[in-house]
Amino acid sequence: MNTYEHSVSLDESRCTGCTTCIKRCPTEAIRVDGGHAVINSDRCIDCGECIRVCQHHAKIATCNKLDHLYDYKWRIALPAPSLYGQFEGLEDVDYVLQGLLDMGFNDVYEVSQAAEIVSEYTRLYLKTEGIKKPVISSACPVIARLIALRFPYLKDNLLPILPPMEIAAIEARKRAKAAHPELKDEDIGVCFISPCPAKTSYVKNGFGEYKSNIDLVVSMSDIYFSLLNLMSRDKVPQPVSNSGMIGISWAASGGEATAIFNDKYLAADSIENVVEMLDQIENGTIPQLEFIELNACTGGCVGGVMTVENPFIAKARLQTLRRYLPVSQNFLTDDKKYIPPEYFFEDIPDYKPMNRLGSSIGESMRMMSDIQKLRDGLPGIDCGSCGAPNCRAFAEDVVKGERSLESCIIRTHRIQNGEPVRKFDPSERKEDGI
Amino acid sequence: MSESLRFHFNVDGSNFTTAGQASVQVKKNLRELGIPADAIRRVSIAMYEGEINMVIHAHGGEADVVVYEDRIEIILNDHGPGIPNIELAMKEGYSTAPDNIRSLGFGAGMGLPNMKRYTDKMDIETELGKGTKITMCVNF
Repeated sequence: MNTYEHSVSLDESRCTGCTTCIKRCPTEAIRVDGGHAVINSDRCIDCGECIRVCQHHAKIATCNKLDHLYDYKWRIALPAPSLYGQFEGLEDVDYVLQGLLDMGFNDVYEVSQAAEIVSEYTRLYLKTEGIKKPVISSACPVIARLIALRFPYLKDNLLPILPPMEIAAIEARKRAKAAHPELKDEDIGVCFISPCPAKTSYVKNGFGEYKSNIDLVVSMSDIYFSLLNLMSRDKVPQPVSNSGMIGISWAASGGEATAIFNDKYLAADSIENVVEMLDQIENGTIPQLEFIELNACTGGCVGGVMTVENPFIAKARLQTLRRYLPVSQNFLTDDKKYIPPEYFFEDIPDYKPMNRLGSSIGESMRMMSDIQKLRDGLPGIDCGSCGAPNCRAFAEDVVKGERSLESCIIRTHRIQNGEPVRKFDPSERKEDGI
Repeated sequence: MSESLRFHFNVDGSNFTTAGQASVQVKKNLRELGIPADAIRRVSIAMYEGEINMVIHAHGGEADVVVYEDRIEIILNDHGPGIPNIELAMKEGYSTAPDNIRSLGFGAGMGLPNMKRYTDKMDIETELGKGTKITMCVNF
């Protein structure tokens, strides 16, 4: 996993070394060290939570710049459906697509179009005998990675079909080559317009053995203003949009799940809820369900940190936008009622427990035992002043030799004043059993 | 192997909404130790069922999880009413859970059977009016 290329990084010059992000990171991947935040890349799942909460804009999502587009002769835009929710008063998706064409793209292939095909495939897949249920959506890369790295028991539940953005990329390439046979592979540049850093990381790293068919990823917020300026209401756009209610609805939580046309589904969003759901699915403490849609961002993709609009407003706009659209515009024809083998991903990244303490169970046990002892002598107020998110994580850092006990200033202060370090009985407050 | 590591939990019998939390926590701790995923899952299910049982039938109790290098022991201790007929209690579908609990989906009579199924060894010591001690072991 050391070779994994992340898409969340830090602008040191903006970081004040406050403790906001360390407290909010769901995998405790951030510490404050030397006056600024440091991200532990082994633990980071690219959820973007730290970008969302940083008031100093010190956390950044690393995407491509639009200039790289001109490295390619034939440029294709893949707008995520969440893009459509970013514009006030938008009546027709075609205005957005025309704007993209005017921006310098030669073609546009809507991800929502591929999403409708994925919905068709999912309905087919759910009827397959012998598959493990509930089937869990693999479209949110954070979920797919969380399952691979932390919930290996659920990996057979993962929908083994490529996410819509990849199918859109494959189809868009085919279309370009059919229309322009003279184009070579390297002439075609497929550019995904992404709502979140997790999708950006998916493109950079692929998934297991699968390598992404997307060449560039630009952030929705990066192109927002230039796109807005190009979206003229006076000019009638070309009618290129080809997606229906289902495709557009994929942008928000519940959209993918409702498209399976079966009421045995569940849709959960935001990272804390999702982790709790995965725990419950693993323990078998959920009702009998066919399909589970999980999104790491609140509200689904419209809640991605690279979007511009509030997720709930974006979702409301999408409801208006899809009102007079057909249910779907993309179907499998009778002769193609199967999932093409190239749209399956077979290989899932190796399970690697992300929080393992030592290299062997014995070593880990000794370390945890040391953490137990150390922790009883800490204040237990989880203030974050030491740079770790809580006293438990601090004890872990000390045992690993990554932080000195003296960096707990509360402890030092209380010892100097002759006060007890811990002001409550340590045996009372041990929700984690350690 | 002499080294072991113990996690201790007080299972609060008065608060049903917190039932099941110790098992989630155990799972987190075991992951940090690098215990194989399948063993973690079995421990957390057995632990979950045991915890729920203690809350429903025995007003809570204490749970200890002891990790050895090759196995995990779960010890559940309560001071509840005891189990009058262990053989009957072990039957799938047999339950004495009250109606208000059943309405939440519990009381399917799968608690003890699941605990046995997911562990390699299970012992029940019970005395009417005194309490129950269940010891389970998961090898890995």
